[in-house]
Amino acid sequence: MKTETIDLHDNHNMLHPTHSLPLFSANHLTKRYGDTEVVRELSFEIAPGECLGVIGPNGAGKTTTIRMCLGLTVPDGGSITALGLHMPVDAMAIKAQLGVVTQLDTLDPDFNCEENLMVYGRYFGMKDAEIKKRIPALLEFASLTSKAKAKPGELSGGMKRRLSLARALVNDPKLLLLDEPTTGLDPQARHLMWERLQLLLQQGKSILLTTHFMDEAERLCSRLLVLDHGKKIAEGKPRDLIAQHLEPDVVEVYGVGALALAHSSLREHASRVEVSGETVFFYTRDSAALLQALHAYPQLRTLHRPANLEDLFLKLTGRQIREDA
Amino acid sequence: MTTRATPPAPHAQSRWRAPRLSLRFWPVFLRNLLVWRKLAIPSLLGNIAEPLMWLVAFGYGMGALVGEIKVDGLPVPYILFLASGSICMSAMQAASFEALYSAFSRMHVQKTWDGIMNAPVGLDDIVLAEMLWAAFKALFTVTAILGVMLALNISHSPKMLVAWPILLGVGITFSSMALVFNALAKGYDFFTYYFTLFLTPTMFLSGVFFPLDQLPPLVRLVADWLPLSNAVALVRPLFMDQWPRDVLHHGSVLLAYALVSFWVALALTRKRFGQ
Repeated sequence: MKTETIDLHDNHNMLHPTHSLPLFSANHLTKRYGDTEVVRELSFEIAPGECLGVIGPNGAGKTTTIRMCLGLTVPDGGSITALGLHMPVDAMAIKAQLGVVTQLDTLDPDFNCEENLMVYGRYFGMKDAEIKKRIPALLEFASLTSKAKAKPGELSGGMKRRLSLARALVNDPKLLLLDEPTTGLDPQARHLMWERLQLLLQQGKSILLTTHFMDEAERLCSRLLVLDHGKKIAEGKPRDLIAQHLEPDVVEVYGVGALALAHSSLREHASRVEVSGETVFFYTRDSAALLQALHAYPQLRTLHRPANLEDLFLKLTGRQIREDA
Repeated sequence: MTTRATPPAPHAQSRWRAPRLSLRFWPVFLRNLLVWRKLAIPSLLGNIAEPLMWLVAFGYGMGALVGEIKVDGLPVPYILFLASGSICMSAMQAASFEALYSAFSRMHVQKTWDGIMNAPVGLDDIVLAEMLWAAFKALFTVTAILGVMLALNISHSPKMLVAWPILLGVGITFSSMALVFNALAKGYDFFTYYFTLFLTPTMFLSGVFFPLDQLPPLVRLVADWLPLSNAVALVRPLFMDQWPRDVLHHGSVLLAYALVSFWVALALTRKRFGQ
């Protein structure tokens, strides 16, 4: 949060990563396509060194928001300032200090890994010698040193993603915008990606990340923004949000006859009961009593766990599948 | 320019606003050059083989039947007549092909443009880079063909050197025009229309294969305003060791096509990218 102290050296705030002025701020962003508002009055800030996660169902407006942050889509209302500069007037100066990984890889299929980094660095106006010096470290960061001469077509999904991340780091950006950076990756590749992102945060980089994976959001993000239908419906630290919106414990019950329990006397032990598919979810503050009562149903399988971000997400955005998503 | 204190309302930006061009186009141009360098020799063979076949088959085959043709009252061997026209046609085709199929691959299929726009390079600069790149490829193709023509001793007028920059201009004109259709395309099939409905008739109505005065007056009127016929009017005399006439007129027609097309291409590409 903002501090009340006023920094006399305001011009130097970029040199102090711990400074509390926001690195990036979006104010009342609105975007319409035809009659539908895909983003509505959205405001958020990113503090230096912070990882802000944006979660929401498909079509919630996450990608449109990122495109507006990059000046690629002009908002119908609202404003964006980043690093002391204004979008879209200073779009090029802002982008010079950003790193971007998009949902779909835009790697150059005709170039090998090294060449991809080289060619991309030139778009930032970097000198060849300067880029060349950075390439070994970038490849190593992406665990691609042995693949320096391989073209993207010869890389696995995880390697391509890491090359995209390395490419986004070529200009040593202050802020990274990552749009679903681990979608489509296997668990090993995802864990490696998380480890690399943690490393970047430790180095003081700031990250804006959209994701569908709640474990990813919980693990990486210091703060979360929950979007639905283009609107911000919740914002805060993952643990705080869970504590604020949910009961501490969840008991999942499934098996033959489980669904009948949703309307049984067991309800008394739960503050909220939800049914999804063949499973009944009891959200409770008194799990001991509920579990005790469940002993009467030995044929059913139960899973007792703390409430997590996925529960929060489903509570806020609903369990139904969106036809339009 | 407006001052920073009052940024223009971003919401009101017109698609037809003035082009915002800068030297940031260069790394994009360089990117295309580097990809092409890897395949230059095979692609060059493809680019010059076809025009040379036309030249040899028609020039020597038809040339034997036709003998000489009168251009501005001067007799010209048919092979020279054809060579000077077909070099313009090659520039047109090389530029069109690159700015349609290849640019579309980069823009739509590979999403190369999207990647570039995440870096500090604007869409206008990317379109400029593609336009110049297609023109450069046309110039490269034309240079190779000129080399072969010199070797075949079709002409060795020193004035052919002047034809060289003009042919770059032809490349610029046709790549700008092609980028208009690139911006509108949903898929590669769309380009077939451009080739069959516009470029092929242009080829026959621009004095490449036969003099324009063979045409009925009404068709002639249209032909006179086609960009390729104006290009041929500038290049052919140079092959004949003459200076072209009405340089200002022909040059202005080409320039007008190039400028208008480039601007339209920019506006339509901005629309395509929602900018």
